Amino acid sequence: MRKILLYIIVITSGLIFLARLFYLQVMDDSFVGLSENNAIKVVYDYPQRGFIFDRNGELLVSNQPSYDVMVIPRNLKPFDTTELCNILSITTEQLVERLDKAKIYSPRLPSVVIPQLTKSEYAYLAEKMRKYEGFYIQKRSLRDYYTEHGANVLGYITEVNQRIVNENPYYLSGDLIGRQGVEGYYEELLRGVKGVKYIQKDRFNRDIGPYKEGIYDTLPKKGKDITITIDAELQKYGELLMKNKRGGIVAIEPATGEILALVTAPNYDPADLVGRKRSENFTKLWLDSISKPLFDRGLLAEYPPGSPFKTINALIALQEGVVTTQESFSCHGGYFYGRGRKMGCHAHSSPLNMIPGIAQSCNAYFANVYRRIVEKYPTPQEGVDVWANHLKSFGLGDYLGSDLSTGRPGKIPTSKYYNKIYDYPTYKWFSTATLSNAIGQGEVLMTPIQLANMTAAIANRGWFYTPHVLKEIEGNPIKEKEFTEKKITTVEPRHFEPVVEGMHQVYKSGTASALQIPGIEIAGKTGTAENFTRIDGKRVQLTDHSIFVAFAPVDNPKIALAIFVENGYWGGRYAGRIAGLMIEKYIKGEITRKDMEEWILTHSLEEEYAKPLSGEPFRINQ
Amino acid sequence: MPKTISQFDWLSILVYFLLVIIGWVNIYSASLDDTARSFFDLDQIYGKQMLFIILSVFLIVILLSLEAKFYERFSSIFYIISLISITGLFFFGKTINGATSWYAIGSFTFQPAEFAKVGTALALSKFISDIQTNIHSLSHQFQAFIIIALPAVIILMQPDAGSAMVYAAFFFPLYREGLSGGYLIVVVIGVLVFVFTLLFGPIWVSVGATILVALLFFLKKKRIAGLMASLSLLIVAIALSFSVDYIFENIFEQRHRDRFNIVLGKEVDNRGIGYNTNQSEIAIGSGSWFGKGWTEGTQTKGNFVPEQHTDYIFSTVGEEWGFVGSAVVIFLFIFLILRIIHLAERQKSQFNRVYGYSVAGILFLHFFVNIGMVIGIFPTVGIPLPFFSYGGSGLWGFTILLFIFLKLDSDRMSFW
Repeated sequence: MRKILLYIIVITSGLIFLARLFYLQVMDDSFVGLSENNAIKVVYDYPQRGFIFDRNGELLVSNQPSYDVMVIPRNLKPFDTTELCNILSITTEQLVERLDKAKIYSPRLPSVVIPQLTKSEYAYLAEKMRKYEGFYIQKRSLRDYYTEHGANVLGYITEVNQRIVNENPYYLSGDLIGRQGVEGYYEELLRGVKGVKYIQKDRFNRDIGPYKEGIYDTLPKKGKDITITIDAELQKYGELLMKNKRGGIVAIEPATGEILALVTAPNYDPADLVGRKRSENFTKLWLDSISKPLFDRGLLAEYPPGSPFKTINALIALQEGVVTTQESFSCHGGYFYGRGRKMGCHAHSSPLNMIPGIAQSCNAYFANVYRRIVEKYPTPQEGVDVWANHLKSFGLGDYLGSDLSTGRPGKIPTSKYYNKIYDYPTYKWFSTATLSNAIGQGEVLMTPIQLANMTAAIANRGWFYTPHVLKEIEGNPIKEKEFTEKKITTVEPRHFEPVVEGMHQVYKSGTASALQIPGIEIAGKTGTAENFTRIDGKRVQLTDHSIFVAFAPVDNPKIALAIFVENGYWGGRYAGRIAGLMIEKYIKGEITRKDMEEWILTHSLEEEYAKPLSGEPFRINQ
Repeated sequence: MPKTISQFDWLSILVYFLLVIIGWVNIYSASLDDTARSFFDLDQIYGKQMLFIILSVFLIVILLSLEAKFYERFSSIFYIISLISITGLFFFGKTINGATSWYAIGSFTFQPAEFAKVGTALALSKFISDIQTNIHSLSHQFQAFIIIALPAVIILMQPDAGSAMVYAAFFFPLYREGLSGGYLIVVVIGVLVFVFTLLFGPIWVSVGATILVALLFFLKKKRIAGLMASLSLLIVAIALSFSVDYIFENIFEQRHRDRFNIVLGKEVDNRGIGYNTNQSEIAIGSGSWFGKGWTEGTQTKGNFVPEQHTDYIFSTVGEEWGFVGSAVVIFLFIFLILRIIHLAERQKSQFNRVYGYSVAGILFLHFFVNIGMVIGIFPTVGIPLPFFSYGGSGLWGFTILLFIFLKLDSDRMSFW
């Protein structure tokens, strides 16, 4: 015992030490972070966000410097609260509240106290900054807008929320991120990569030089400048025409799938969401649940397409070989089917074959055509699915896959859907049960961009590119397969000419003959869609939506568009006029139909929108 | 001379140099700033330490060249010189960090307490190995105690409690030579009662001690005589337990109380008194498996750990060399201490053996208290890590201590 006691004690101590070291160094990694935090200061260098140009090279969005007052709670020293609050023009309570919040986020990481100082506030504060230990000014770049239009396309930038900070390690509290539109979808392209400097600190929190001679430091990478497909002039004009109306315009260049204009009304000035007024303005827009200015109707609103849908039914019928262009159907004020049921139609000559059928938008003609498509197959289920598959090849009934941050699938009913609502096989259903599909009412829903894309596919006679808004990155055309590969429709090109001719006749002799533009051959189709709302739980019909699709020129289409004007009475009244003006603006660059422009600019639908909110009974469509 | 060279324990000498060199490498990192790059810059701490190391090589040559008998014969003289030198501090000493432990000659300072250990070890060995000394006699035990306590008390008065505490190491040679283990048991029980009382309060400690004694008694029924001893021990322990509060609050100074409270986890104060330990743990903990690399430690560079080149030098090892490097250093120390015990055991002369045990005990105590403090399992006591910490007095003191023994060891056969 006497000989081994010291041996035992020495060895035991050694083992205890090793265990303790193992715990400190290997098992417990809380000290690793702690070390990085108290010895290394991380300084970020924010790059310029990429500029945004329109398709003609016009600068839409650039940057302006902005200054945020940041705080690192751990480094705070007692300071003159009153003076600081005066400089920042906030109350002491607000300051205390923000400091508490910053402390909760992290005592060691910077938080924003006051975002986006004005230049004069910055100049004044910069002088005094050294008096406030723990505070510093972080320069960031904010957006500077050269256009008042296209806020829905451009999107906006905002401070990241806590969820993003948790999910994406790139972002720190107070960083800015793009939301919605191009800013949101191309965030990574536009933001660039922020630079990082690691600075070694000593125990007095003084900088003693770059950490490891700066080997981990990175330089900021400037965001990429992008050119978007929007034509700023056309966009601006579209927004002007849509004033005092609700709805959307989507204009596409058929040959490329490039979106020329994407108008939603009502809209807002993109500059409203920049600067210290941002949160106030945003709240105002956000809370407007009646006109919903933040709701991009061009992308998100799912409307029944109405008559423009007839063109596609005609195409499917030709592809399926169930009608010829010469075959006529008679119409006596409508189409009668089932047990005395009737689908009404307006007054026109009868019988009609395909081209005048489209031009006059005869419901009876398309009811016959639609039944032939569905009834070609042994069961209505098969028929409806064949029909639906054709529609899908036009990008309908599913998300389009455009590069805009939002979208909706719309709706194309299939046999599955009808089996469910009619409780098949307990009850059977037949083509007549789905007859509203013939005229684009009933179960079919489309967003304006889907409708515009369908029009572009017709203009191209059987193919389209997925609509997109990004044209070039730093002057190099985009190479995304999604946007540079043709999508071919299931309807062969040879079937398109009669339908195009029918749409041409809409202008020449049909429902839009009053809307002709001198010198431009336009193919179009009016649409008038019934729609309903709920008032106190009761289904109430509202004034019909005004819908129009068109492309021009007929032989070499430069523009295809779809227009929805909510409660705009009928297709030709609002949407048709707007379509003509947009086409003229884009192709000629000037307006000759001043009468039409005058009419649109002086007519408002605000009264119509007020009707269902008034609480009193009202009449529609007049 | 040629005959004895082969008899030196080269293994110990190798480990000694490894520790000194590794120590210097870490001092270099801990004291590095950007102004100078030469290893021999005498304005820099690492340059001075390099000089100390070179001088200690000369010292070693001298130590090993002297006759082994010389150390035994003049042990009393060394002891008396030691006592005089530490006593002289009260008249000529320089006060650094509150302790009057240094002589200052020009810019160099000299800490005699580092050498007093050697004198005491030699004197104790001489006394124990005297043919007339009987370790079992109380009066001789008392004389041995005086030899140890005299320098310890003088050092305690400087005040330098850390250095004084090291004299507890002389228990190991005395125990080896036959001192009753009861002393150790009493001290250990005392310390345990003290610490547990601080943690859990006197009531629980009393209850626990009673249960423990009862268990021991029933397990070993045979020895009725043990009953009385156990009971009296129990009563003393309970009395101590209830007086802990008084001792802690009235005899300890605030800084002692703080140090205890922090190690026992009763108080968290990472800015004040607990700052050193906390920063040291952060530095070591951030080293992970392999460390951040030499001169790459962020905590070391930022001077977050106070006194890092002296008492806290091990935190540099932990940060820059990681668990692997720390384990190597621990291993080297353990190896050296065990080696010395092994050498001591093979001595034929009792003087050599007692001295060897003293060396092992002193090295161990320094090692244990210093590293225990740096890794946060022992209260803050400022004593250096042998061969490692910066400082000429310390390095030379330990060098003399060790190499006298290696000389004695090489000469062990010449008695016959």
